[in-house]
Amino acid sequence: MRRYFARKIGIYIVAFWFAGTVDFLVPRLMPGDPVQSYLSNFIGANTTVTQYRAMYSAFAKAFGLNVPLWDQYWHFWDGVLHGHMGISISQSSLPVTSVIRGAAIYSLILLVPAIVLAYVLGNRIGAMAARRKVLDNTVLPIGYLFQASPYPWLALAVAFYLGAVAHWFPIGSGYAQNLLPSWTNWHFIVSVMYHWFLPFLTVFLVSFGGWAIGMRSLVIYELETDYARYLRALGASQRLVRRYAYRNAALPQLSGLAIQLGTVIGGNVVAEVVFQYPGLGHLILQAADSQDYFLLMGIFLFIIIGVLVANFVIDIAYVMIDPRTRLAMQGAQA
Amino acid sequence: MVKSMRSAVVRSVTVFTAAALAVPLLSFTPAGASKTPSDTTFPRNETLYTSGTLWGSPGNFNPLDAGARDTGTMGLLYEPLFLYDPIHGKYIPWLATSGSWSGSNYTIHVRNGVKWSDGSALTGADVAYTINLAKTNPAVPWSNLVQVGLKGATAAGNTVTVHFSSPPPYTAWQNFLWNQPVLPAAVWSKMSATDQVSGTNQAPVSSGPMVLVPGQTWSSSTQQTCYQDNPNWWGTSQLGLSFHFKYLCDVVNWSNNIGLTAFLQGNYDWSNNFLPGINVLMKVGGYKQIKTYYPTVPYMLSANTAWLEMNTQKAPMNNVWFRKAVAEAINPSGITQGVYAGIVQAANPVGLLPNLSSWVDQSVVAKYGFSYNPAQAKADLAKSGYKGQSLTIAVPNGWTDWMAAIQVIAADLDSIGIKVHPVYPRVGGVIPLTGMGNSSSYTAFDMIIDNNAGPDSTPWSYFNRIYALPIGGKSNEEAAGLNLERFSDPTAFNLVKKAAVTPLSNTAALKSIYSQIEARFLQDLPEIPLWYNGAWFQGNTTYWKDYPSASNPNDQYTPVMWGGWLGAMTTVYALAQLRPAA
Repeated sequence: MRRYFARKIGIYIVAFWFAGTVDFLVPRLMPGDPVQSYLSNFIGANTTVTQYRAMYSAFAKAFGLNVPLWDQYWHFWDGVLHGHMGISISQSSLPVTSVIRGAAIYSLILLVPAIVLAYVLGNRIGAMAARRKVLDNTVLPIGYLFQASPYPWLALAVAFYLGAVAHWFPIGSGYAQNLLPSWTNWHFIVSVMYHWFLPFLTVFLVSFGGWAIGMRSLVIYELETDYARYLRALGASQRLVRRYAYRNAALPQLSGLAIQLGTVIGGNVVAEVVFQYPGLGHLILQAADSQDYFLLMGIFLFIIIGVLVANFVIDIAYVMIDPRTRLAMQGAQA
Repeated sequence: MVKSMRSAVVRSVTVFTAAALAVPLLSFTPAGASKTPSDTTFPRNETLYTSGTLWGSPGNFNPLDAGARDTGTMGLLYEPLFLYDPIHGKYIPWLATSGSWSGSNYTIHVRNGVKWSDGSALTGADVAYTINLAKTNPAVPWSNLVQVGLKGATAAGNTVTVHFSSPPPYTAWQNFLWNQPVLPAAVWSKMSATDQVSGTNQAPVSSGPMVLVPGQTWSSSTQQTCYQDNPNWWGTSQLGLSFHFKYLCDVVNWSNNIGLTAFLQGNYDWSNNFLPGINVLMKVGGYKQIKTYYPTVPYMLSANTAWLEMNTQKAPMNNVWFRKAVAEAINPSGITQGVYAGIVQAANPVGLLPNLSSWVDQSVVAKYGFSYNPAQAKADLAKSGYKGQSLTIAVPNGWTDWMAAIQVIAADLDSIGIKVHPVYPRVGGVIPLTGMGNSSSYTAFDMIIDNNAGPDSTPWSYFNRIYALPIGGKSNEEAAGLNLERFSDPTAFNLVKKAAVTPLSNTAALKSIYSQIEARFLQDLPEIPLWYNGAWFQGNTTYWKDYPSASNPNDQYTPVMWGGWLGAMTTVYALAQLRPAA
């Protein structure tokens, strides 16, 4: 077991280094010069060439872009290990870590509950639908509808009818404008929940439909397998057979959950843009639009870490859940 | 067995979910959260909500970082020596009570009784320190003064004498007086050179009418910057100005659609967003609570000149007959009415903004000016040697009004036989379109729309943008936004340089110089002025009333919070006129 995890951790470290290097390089391969774009915001007709050069070097220095690429690369890893990711060009020159921190919490509270709840309910209802005609004819078609409808369209429709027409929920922004953000203030938390509901609902609905459909077909398949038939032939109760089928069907679903949870750290760009919700997805768009090297690198690093951690956790979960993995490892040990 | 497996799944999912939720909640709670008053709210009837200026995370209060600073950093926190009133064409003493030239020296009398927000006095020493910063830190925005003859400033009490070489740079100095802040010497002298221009200055020591509401945290999820009244502001005792709102919150803009909805619902009081069709909503939509600066056409003050900019070093744009044909082929009302529904005005042929119209020599315009005339355009095109080449006209992707405008222009040009295709590259602004930066794909641009020529108190910067030499080419220096059309006219540039060192009080000499420049401009057409972009302003009277208006002689102030307006023009006066609606 120790060798198994040591090997896994080794692979994750190499993957982290490789992904981090790509993360460092990609924004630098984008055309354009961020310092120049930044300066063009406020250079006036009084600006002289000498002055422009001085301003350029001052801001290049402030952004850490005044050294050769190799040095930037070392600074990058040094910063990653110490939690310094530079300053954001597009977000008022604030430190990248604080910009990301502020947005990450909004993405996590939106997506983790939406995905986990959709997973749990979707799988349960999908499994039930596999053996109950009533559910199969009612819930499943609705699931198909949500899963197949283009998310931006669904989100716009929900925002329009429940927000703009019915005025039941606010559209745009993450909390009411008469509040200062403070997670110790109940008014603020209630306001965040109120603004959170519509994006949560749409992400949940789309995801729910997908899980339910997948689980339904998997359970139908498992109920027809040899082991299920054998169990039934032995006279096992229908309940027991279903439980075994559900456990086996859950394995591929769990891998899907791992991938989804790993990428939540990057936010949900479409949901956050449609609802103007202040998460990481919204931030990625702004960073890309303004060639904000450091912010883009910081967000992608966050996503890389999220995917690796989620995969690692699922590796552990698999060992706990699937006896075959455990047996294989014990065999390796012997 | 089954049971234990099931509980393992449930357990692992639960643990992971709980961890995913708890980790951010515990570790990502903003550091200052515990210091925030737990029930801080902004009562609606005491708060003015503004929008239209802030497009990213708030949290930068460095007045020297004009690209990143929050709205209000200039004007509400930091203040200049003078303000400029573009509506009445005059300068208003602000932190200075007066200033005058004597030979090559300029004397500033700094206002007495002004206090920084930390309680210390603002004195002539702060003013002298600010001016002299140009000599020690070449990255400050006014370091250009050193290159045009600033020798240094000395303070004796609240009298500051600024020394220049002869002839002094009258125009550049005047620009400094109303555009740049007076800094607290005690604070800025302790910063590194880089921090002086690019630090975030989140604990500002300032002199202006408001201060930051304490306990705000800054990240990308922060939706607004909030200020509260400064009870010790000098303007209340010395000018009788005070704000009737206690808080001013400037809201981050995420999209014009959200901005429009929030504004119509009364969530925002003062909007400097471009809201197309706002005049239609006012007239036929029944939105009586919406106010604009002009109650009818043109609704908005003019903010900058949108001109058609051609690459004059490239055929056929290097031919003056071709440029004349283009100018005469475009019908400005197709843009001002068709695209903007009447909320912008067509430019005069010289292109100077309306506040500078007294500098336009009408006899020169009558002699050389162009107007919409397709027949004449065809005749001029025939003389130009244009052989039917296909050309492009570019604006940045997402600038929807301009994207519509270049379609109108392309259609007009097509009707006289010039083939022009509108293109919309995804770039961060106008300047990259002309080939700035590493991107070589647009170095050979044909035509773009450009509005670099913003509001100013003299025509100098407008003509300097057109004629500045040497031409930047592909180099960095082009980022200064000068002579983007790459037109070489040393005679005109010498006239521009002469204007810069002519005293502003010598209007006769200046008028003669600008008249000569205008004659050259209209004969060569290095740029084609088309329309004036508006100083977009909409006020909502649900909670606040008495917004600035052309129809009220006592309330004709600039209704604009943008950088270069608030803290430079008369926006603070406009804010002081607002009264609660009920």
